[in-house]
Amino acid sequence: MKGFASFVKKEILHILRDRRTMLIVLLMPAVLMLLFGFAISTEVNNIDVAAVVPKRSEEVRKALERISNNPYFTYKGTVSQMDAESCLRSGFADAVVVFAPDFGVPAEARTDRRPKVQIMFDASNSNDAQTGEWYLRGVLAGESLAAAMPETRMLYNPQMKSAYNFVPGIMGLIFILICAIMTSVSIVREKENGTMEVLLVSPVRPLRIILAKMIPYFLLSCINLATIMLLARFALGMPMAGSAAGTVGLSMLYVVLALALGLFISTIADKQATALIISAMLMLLPVIMLSGMIFPIENMPEILQFVSCFIPARWYIDGLRKLMIEGLPFAEVMKEFLILLAMTAAIMAMSLKKFNDKLE
Amino acid sequence: MTRTVISVRELTKRFGDFTAVDRISFDVREGEIFGFLGANGAGKTTAMRMLCGLSYPTSGSGTVDGFDIMRDGEKIKRRIGYMSQRFSLYDDLTVRENIRLYGGIYGLGRRQTQERMEELLRRLDFMSERDTLVGSLPLGWKQKLAFSVATLHRPGVVFLDEPTGGVDPLTRRQFWEMIYEAAAGGTTVFVTTHYMDEAEYCSRVSIMADGRIRALDTPAALKREFGAATMDDVFRKIAREAKRI
Amino acid sequence: MKILLVLLDKEIRQFWRNRFLPVMTIVFPILVMLIFPWITTMEVRNVGVVVVDGDRSSASRRLVSKIGASDNFSLLGTAPDFNSALAALEAGEADIIVEIPDGFGEIRAEEHRNVSISANGVNAVKGALGTQYMLQTVMRTQAELLGEKMPFSPADDIAVLNLYNPTLEYRFYMIPALMIILMIMLGGFLPALNLVIEKEKGTIEQINVSPVGRLPFTLAKLIPFWIIVLAVLSVAMLIARFVYGLTIAGSAGAIYSASVLFVLAMSGLGVTVANHSSTMQQTMFEMFFFVVIFVLMSGLITPVESMPEWAQWITRLLPPRYFVDIMRAVYLKGTTVAELWREYLALGGFALLFDTLAVVAYKKQA
Repeated sequence: MKGFASFVKKEILHILRDRRTMLIVLLMPAVLMLLFGFAISTEVNNIDVAAVVPKRSEEVRKALERISNNPYFTYKGTVSQMDAESCLRSGFADAVVVFAPDFGVPAEARTDRRPKVQIMFDASNSNDAQTGEWYLRGVLAGESLAAAMPETRMLYNPQMKSAYNFVPGIMGLIFILICAIMTSVSIVREKENGTMEVLLVSPVRPLRIILAKMIPYFLLSCINLATIMLLARFALGMPMAGSAAGTVGLSMLYVVLALALGLFISTIADKQATALIISAMLMLLPVIMLSGMIFPIENMPEILQFVSCFIPARWYIDGLRKLMIEGLPFAEVMKEFLILLAMTAAIMAMSLKKFNDKLE
Repeated sequence: MTRTVISVRELTKRFGDFTAVDRISFDVREGEIFGFLGANGAGKTTAMRMLCGLSYPTSGSGTVDGFDIMRDGEKIKRRIGYMSQRFSLYDDLTVRENIRLYGGIYGLGRRQTQERMEELLRRLDFMSERDTLVGSLPLGWKQKLAFSVATLHRPGVVFLDEPTGGVDPLTRRQFWEMIYEAAAGGTTVFVTTHYMDEAEYCSRVSIMADGRIRALDTPAALKREFGAATMDDVFRKIAREAKRI
Repeated sequence: MKILLVLLDKEIRQFWRNRFLPVMTIVFPILVMLIFPWITTMEVRNVGVVVVDGDRSSASRRLVSKIGASDNFSLLGTAPDFNSALAALEAGEADIIVEIPDGFGEIRAEEHRNVSISANGVNAVKGALGTQYMLQTVMRTQAELLGEKMPFSPADDIAVLNLYNPTLEYRFYMIPALMIILMIMLGGFLPALNLVIEKEKGTIEQINVSPVGRLPFTLAKLIPFWIIVLAVLSVAMLIARFVYGLTIAGSAGAIYSASVLFVLAMSGLGVTVANHSSTMQQTMFEMFFFVVIFVLMSGLITPVESMPEWAQWITRLLPPRYFVDIMRAVYLKGTTVAELWREYLALGGFALLFDTLAVVAYKKQA
């Protein structure tokens, strides 16, 4: 056991020596939390609108006023019919409202049934265009429909703060980055430098050596978890109504899983560069794209939904959402917890088997 | 009197509070095999790095092949060869590819590189291994190859930083034969080592301790001066007084 | 110049000699382009809806049947009051609660009260998209109801023309973004990794004592990756064309020239970071930090316009932000270089800055 303690000490010294990496590892979660908590938002709340006005009338003036006053739009002024398309193309406006000369003439006095307003949308972002269309329709159709806009609200996330949504995602990402990547790289590094052999001939059992490598990263992750939870609670004002102990417990399990994943990568990679590329390409992107962190899993084609089941971050993020945002008790995340537990056991078993095979 | 190739005066390198090299002065003459000895941490690698233009001196001055180590580092690099204790060829390139790379780096023409490569491969008896990845060669072979590559462009001075670390006595022997051959051809050899038997092969030897040069002379004169039978004894006597080892 | 060729030859040989790298740089982009566009649709189907119908009129029934008919919604049923609807939402069955107030059909009348939509904000994207769909459905129904009471429907008075993406495929908006993510990862990570490998192995020492200048050395480290990234971009564009049917609205020249500037900037950044670190771990962590911020903050996934002022200001310091604007505008709208000169200029500035830093940060003599 004494040998084990000295190994842990060696690993901790390794990390402490590398001040820069440590600083990044400790600061990254905080910076990401604050940036994404306060900066990122998925909602569309600003559509730039320009107008083509061939003939000014009281009705046109009122319609433009309704556009300017709507928080959803920024009114960019009038343009000529000829420039309408180029101002969409250059990005000066996202939509151009083209009024007909007889806009606002009462229906009874009209001579034709042609539309009196045309909305030209830059539909390259189809999502913005679709939403914007109905807002603009409502605003243009007149007082009555404009006033009849439904009221919307977000439950559990009343200000629709994206932070709430991103926090679990950031946690899912950070622990994979720190635990899986750092452990794999530090083990492979010893393999590459040949120092692993020195360790393996020592009387300490190989399993303990690996464990010793993981402990410092586990401790670092604990510090990160504390930072994240404190920031989530006090800087972002997340309710964290659910069980805090549950959040910690689920996170610890996920950290162990990530460490096991790191060990697994280190058994298949024989060069640091390989380990890094496997981690970066096969873990960073799938965690961002397939875990439901940003893109809802339900939207994906069946086959990808199936694939996402094998991504641990998916279950972790799901569980965290329930605990941190919905405030459900720990019992409600039993399913996620058990799935993660099974995954951890499976990865551990696989990597230990590979590790032992290599020793023989 | 032969030409002085390396001349160093009061050369000093400090890292913060730590003085790695402390006001050393010496001269190396053309065609000499100059042994640069010292315990680990005595400052010999730091001193050597300053001479090769890898590191700026904190104070003092020095010239290599007539060029100032402070101002003309890049010009010096054209005229020297260097082989470091950490093996310095590319593992993932073949023997031929490595030779061609260094031929190109030192501005040898295609034909010249080809000629020297063939001569080198024949001399080392490496012809059959010319398309082998360097990474899969045995250490001794790598070291001999690295030395040959470091002298491929026929430099006036070649710096060897513990070139024989970790190889068997036979290969060390062969390695030193290569060094003698190069010196006989007029190349000045500046070599650091901690094998004391190797010190016996040098024309002159300097021994560093605590960043200072404690002794500098021919091996025979040093043994006389310290009343020792071997260079090993000389070294032990000096090392015993050293504070940092 | 000759030395540059010698060093390039070395880099390219080393790249192909690696068992793993060439496969990765070919397979990874293809996988990303084949898989991720299916994920980034930003369309949700089967948003679970519970209706609290307080109106119980023909108008409200029309709205309910519209909800039931839509692919986007799956109508779970009606609830007698908000609280029992909330229970369904808390159980995770429903995503949206629609409350139709009494007097819903009387849009012009004084006593009209607005529909209210409550969404589960836990999965914010689904909640927000579901809310938008519901908003559209309610507005459309209201416009129809209003139209029936008047000789002309105000909704018919408005014609909508969706330019550049008439079929409204969100995928088309994301495909250029995915290309950018690929270019960030390959163009940034690979050169950094490549340089720091030489540092860890100590082979860089041998270069440092040689007369090789820092410009040719740095260029030899960068150029192979410029070629790789542009090749990857070309493959990605072919996939976009033949798998997804997305053609470049603008000129391919405009895409390539912006891409050259961008990859110059990214690889310069990678090499600068590697120059300042001594271990692979350090390099990679610094790169991860940049890449995560680049991917999440430069408008690739979430719009820059909806960020607060100060955050938008930060995005101006991120090279990908300009590249995102250029790629989307040229790819989808056919915007010209002349119209985007500011973005090109900014990218050029970053390329110059980072590549200069990459050369300067490399110190042969310490």
